[in-house]
Amino acid sequence: MFETALQVLLQGLLLGGLYCLFALGQSLMFGVMRLTNTAQGDFIVLGAFAAIAGLSALGALGLPDALLPWLAGLLLLPLAFGFGYALQRWVLNGTLGKDPLPSLVVTFGLAIVIQNLLLELFSADPRSIETAGLNTRSLALPSGFAVGVLPLLILGLAVAATAALQWLFNRTQLGRAFRAVSDDKEIAELMGLNSNRVYALATAIAFVLIALAGVLQGMRTTVSPSDGPLLLLFAFEAVIIGGMGSFWGTLLGAMLLGVTQQIGFRIDPGWGIWVGHIVFLLVLVLRPQGLFPKTRG
Amino acid sequence: MSLLSTHGLTAFYGDAQALFGIDFELGAGELVAIIGANGAGKSTFMKSVTGLVRAAREQVRFDGQPIGGLPPGEIVKRGIALVPEGRRLFPSLSVEENLLMGGFAGRPGPWNLQRLFKLFPILEQKRALPGTSLSGGQQQMVAIGRALMSNPTLLLCDELSLGLAPIVIKEIYDAMPAICAEGMTVVIVEQDVSTAMRVAQRIYCFQEGRVSLQGASDQLTRDEISAAYFGV
Repeated sequence: MFETALQVLLQGLLLGGLYCLFALGQSLMFGVMRLTNTAQGDFIVLGAFAAIAGLSALGALGLPDALLPWLAGLLLLPLAFGFGYALQRWVLNGTLGKDPLPSLVVTFGLAIVIQNLLLELFSADPRSIETAGLNTRSLALPSGFAVGVLPLLILGLAVAATAALQWLFNRTQLGRAFRAVSDDKEIAELMGLNSNRVYALATAIAFVLIALAGVLQGMRTTVSPSDGPLLLLFAFEAVIIGGMGSFWGTLLGAMLLGVTQQIGFRIDPGWGIWVGHIVFLLVLVLRPQGLFPKTRG
Repeated sequence: MSLLSTHGLTAFYGDAQALFGIDFELGAGELVAIIGANGAGKSTFMKSVTGLVRAAREQVRFDGQPIGGLPPGEIVKRGIALVPEGRRLFPSLSVEENLLMGGFAGRPGPWNLQRLFKLFPILEQKRALPGTSLSGGQQQMVAIGRALMSNPTLLLCDELSLGLAPIVIKEIYDAMPAICAEGMTVVIVEQDVSTAMRVAQRIYCFQEGRVSLQGASDQLTRDEISAAYFGV
């Protein structure tokens, strides 16, 4: 009994690591701009397919197979940074204001465009990123458990990304600028800040995280053009459970979502996802501000 | 040559006109007060000068250059800083971080953290606390310090005494000579006429978006000010 509980907990935490990476970009964009990106999941899928396309191109270089997905991921990150910057600067900044509807409509429209573009380019077939066996490798623990190397790596990257974001927010001049424009855009501009540029930098960083999440999702399992809405839902649930705009809260929210889904899966293989939804709804009803609603350290 | 001048300055909030042709002159090194009742256009004037409310290019000139319609970030880089009405500190930033935000424009000059902590020693003790957790008077000191950190040539202070106890107001205005000693030009918006008369060299009185009276503070009479202030 105890061993089963421990195993469920462990698997849930590992799954939570991936959900955390899905959600961090959302948390950052909401924390700085109060913008809810409803295309978050589809951008994650786009990141995965971009890596798959990049792998095909890199394959011709004759590099070791184990190196290729990491190289594709690394090359994708600066592209995602530039794409996120341009998207915010020249598209999403125009939708910001007191009314949240324009940004919701525009990102929803982008989600539809991405889904159809991917269907056109890659068909509806699920695909994955070839990892040369990394996604099936495991580590044996002393208690007789085994944990996957890739999920463990993803969890490590999720914790590192959360810590890095929190450090950026609390300890750097850019982080101060993020918090200042989030608090009072007008006064921040009086200090000499260009809020449109600050917003664009926040989205650029969010898109680096989105691309990373996409590559890791593609390495861990299969992706198809229609996966975006479900990934958005997981990201959204993690952010809401943790508390909007809080990075450590997002990590903990993702962990809680992962663990509850694993408990559901253990009860019945068809229950996992909706048990997660139930916990999300309970948090929304009982504590709508989330469990750890603190944007700033 | 005047440091700041406005000629026929008009300002609008949507369709509603708030300023109706304000002519204003300010010489370098002066301390001038703008007085007037609520809704007279004092804060709108400050916002027009700092770019928060749009003005026509030639309606505002600073240091010989037209600055009307420039974005606020560009205006602060040219040397105009605003202490906004209600202080408007960044709630998620500490006292020290709020002050550092003021230096974002990167203008060189005498004001830095050490200098500010000398002017307002209480802020050094509270530097790590959230700016908005301080008392009203201390928050006003942070707001003034934040503006000074941009090393401005012209400091605009909107309603410094709003909501503060008289003893705190005195403490804040006592810091003005040290600020002006750096050769800084200061404009204060003040509803408290006696405070304005005491600290300023010249007075502008606004009424319903127009200048109703101006002159040296030691030459204006109480009756003149009352008539210009209330319009009776």
